[in-house]
Amino acid sequence: MELRSNAPSGPIETRWQRHRSDRKLVNPANKRRYTILCVGTGLAGASASATFGELGYNVRTFCFQDSPRRAHSIAAQGGINAAKNYQNDGDSVWRLFYDTIKGGDFRARESNVHRLAELSVNIIDQCAAQGVPFAREYGGQLANRSFGGAQVSRTFYARGQTGQQLLLGAYQALARQIAAGTVRMWPRTEMLDVILVDGKARGIVVRDLVTGAIETHLGDAVVLATGGYGNVYYLSTNAKGCNATAIWRAHRRGALFANPCFTQIHPTCIPVSGDYQSKLTLMSESLRNDGRVWVPKRKEDVSKAPNEIPEEDRDYYLERRYPAFGNLVPRDIASRAAKAVCDEGRGVGPGGRGVYLDFADAIRRLGQRGIEERYGNLFQMYERITGEDPYRVPMRIYPAIHYTMGGLWVDYDLMSTIDGLFVLGEANFSDHGANRLGASALMQGLADGYFVIPYTIGHYLAGTNIQKIDERHPEVRKVEEDVRERVRRLVSANGKRSPDSFHRELGLIVWNHCGMARNEGGLRDAIGKIRALREEYWRDVRIPGSGEELNQALEKAGRIADFFELAELMCIDALERAESCGGHFREEYQTPEGEALRRDDLYTYVSAWEFTGAGNEPRLHKEPLTFEFVHPSQRSYK
Amino acid sequence: MSTESMRVTLRVWRQKDARDAGRLVRYDDVEANPHMSFLEMLDVLNERLIARGEDPIAFDSDCREGICGTCGVMINGIAHGPQRATATCQLHMRQFRDGDQITIEPWRARAFPVIKDLVVDRSAFDRVIEAGGFISVRTGSAAEANTILVPKPSSDQAMDAAACIGCGACVAACPNASASLFVAAKVSHLGALPQGQPERSQRVRGMVAQMDAELFGSCTNHGECEAVCPKEISLDFIARMNRDLVWAMLTAKDESAKSDGGA
Repeated sequence: MELRSNAPSGPIETRWQRHRSDRKLVNPANKRRYTILCVGTGLAGASASATFGELGYNVRTFCFQDSPRRAHSIAAQGGINAAKNYQNDGDSVWRLFYDTIKGGDFRARESNVHRLAELSVNIIDQCAAQGVPFAREYGGQLANRSFGGAQVSRTFYARGQTGQQLLLGAYQALARQIAAGTVRMWPRTEMLDVILVDGKARGIVVRDLVTGAIETHLGDAVVLATGGYGNVYYLSTNAKGCNATAIWRAHRRGALFANPCFTQIHPTCIPVSGDYQSKLTLMSESLRNDGRVWVPKRKEDVSKAPNEIPEEDRDYYLERRYPAFGNLVPRDIASRAAKAVCDEGRGVGPGGRGVYLDFADAIRRLGQRGIEERYGNLFQMYERITGEDPYRVPMRIYPAIHYTMGGLWVDYDLMSTIDGLFVLGEANFSDHGANRLGASALMQGLADGYFVIPYTIGHYLAGTNIQKIDERHPEVRKVEEDVRERVRRLVSANGKRSPDSFHRELGLIVWNHCGMARNEGGLRDAIGKIRALREEYWRDVRIPGSGEELNQALEKAGRIADFFELAELMCIDALERAESCGGHFREEYQTPEGEALRRDDLYTYVSAWEFTGAGNEPRLHKEPLTFEFVHPSQRSYK
Repeated sequence: MSTESMRVTLRVWRQKDARDAGRLVRYDDVEANPHMSFLEMLDVLNERLIARGEDPIAFDSDCREGICGTCGVMINGIAHGPQRATATCQLHMRQFRDGDQITIEPWRARAFPVIKDLVVDRSAFDRVIEAGGFISVRTGSAAEANTILVPKPSSDQAMDAAACIGCGACVAACPNASASLFVAAKVSHLGALPQGQPERSQRVRGMVAQMDAELFGSCTNHGECEAVCPKEISLDFIARMNRDLVWAMLTAKDESAKSDGGA
């Protein structure tokens, strides 16, 4: 299989414009004859569905949540980047492009990233027009703040609820189309498989989560906007329902999975407090604008109250190690630095896995009101979870899994290796390389949904001969039967252990061996452990109730079964990539100062894995990456 | 790691499906710990039920950060429980004492039928939004963002209203099961902004009509909604919505007479 990115060549500034102008169009009267199935209603899925509806396509949209408004994009706190240069601080499309390529440690496609930077400005215009209540200056203009990995202020925000407000904007646009009758919405409906006919994606099989009914929807193209797979680790900042089933099922049907080992550990999360813990909570990166990260200089001081440790005995290690970016270094670097000081025994709080994020200086400078205005809801969230008042005591934070840069491989048109199967947002691999910069996920989700897919899907539909099929097609029957069989197998596994107990165990293996630091021995060990646990899972899982009702244990069990297979692929990928880059830190490859050591001569490619059958070794395909405009260098934030 | 343990007795609403009558079931000696979230306490109980081969308690939750609005149960008769400005998922067991008895029930409202146990159908909220809770702007048709200046007080007020997470606690707490706070929050968010003006009247009429059609009750100013709202959405927004509605009714014209069909 040859991986063709279909990325245009020539001057980078005009690639997208030229490509867009070359796309075939579907005439307005013909659009309603095409049915697009869209799975997921986060920023990417909701914006795509709404826009397809506006264009006149016949759209069917699905989400497992009880309402499209609840998708996990809603939890994004800090902001969304755009190269508006409203601050007159030297920002430009080029600079956002450059920062994103560099932030991704030179493992993303230049063409895609430049397009993302260009579209960033349209997103802000669109969202402001929708009534997204972005923060404003007193003159009525939009306000900005700073985020990690950039030396300009280009992040737009709505208090600490930017994701919520952007998602509600997209959800409302979607609601408008539902009312107009162009989009039909199926909430509480989970996609369990994709149907291919003549090699093209033509439908999906879903389960109605209320009745348990297995149903088929057929169409002319399938769009997956189903988010990332951070929940492989069990404990992550993802919502409880986030899962990889849609993309993993598509992978098993032939969509290549790219860079699965590129996962992002977010440096500022509330530390784990006990073994009952169900998830981890992020404290926005924006807090690093005003908070200072430190640990005691001496191990002996870790159990002292923070206010008893005088200034000269504190180690503001990010400011010390990275004076140019200070507390605003990119996430991968901040996370590793936190791990390093904790490994030295200087971590604070229970188990020594925590560092302070201290607002005392900022409160002195801006007053408590000033801090409340910027971060009020985050401070309140911290207080609710920990029972401590962060206005008085420094927050304790520790890194946690937050985002996955890897995902289904897509070309420049966001089409996977299955014709007619498009993948948007976090579910694809396309724009963030080996590390995503803060405030870029919202940007990518909305760029893909509002401004990329509407053009590229039209090109596919206009240029493809799509045969008429119905539910009686043998391939449709077969996939439906596969899904029913899998549900039957899960409910009839008459074991002793709950699905969650397996998930916790799996998560711990992956966190220990394929988390913040990886090495060859650990990864090999993890692969063996995952295989053994997976076998045990199918033998010993227990799911009360039946498949013909609302059954949350069954929902989880299906997702966990897919996490097992994906976890193994993550470790295989991490093992194959014998270099360190971005969030993928192989201990064998580091500079004398402990920074990630890329091996550009060997690994400047996208790893795209092909599924070759259950229990078989996956096959690696490589998409070479070329850097014509930004020359790979050792990332430095010093 | 904390070692303080506590035990509570739960009385939980169990209802097999929409047709089942439902009943409170008692669970003794439920293990907890002050640092656990309320839902983690239920997770632990569910693990125990699964181990015994019993059906776990169905409840909705997703982000567990108090922002997605998926969770929400009546805890000792209070929507989202005893702590102010806190969604169920953010409530922690340190709000309870060892030995407490806790009654957990689903949202109760005609417009929110129970699906199973503590899970209810809140799709009525989506239909209310579909009836006008948006600004009509086609993708790609927006002007440069800073050409729309929004005075900071208006923007702040819009954000205060837009913070609504759509959990439905306001309905559950209201003696009339009114959705006025939810509807008013969206009407006020969009109505406070210059972008929201062209459709302001049409929006409030459409949303209020849909709210009535969904069989939510009327607002009689009890203020229970504001008291339980995890985002502390102010009752003032309801007054604002009512003003908008009166204005919209007074100025309503027969819109069917207009046509842009052209020749």
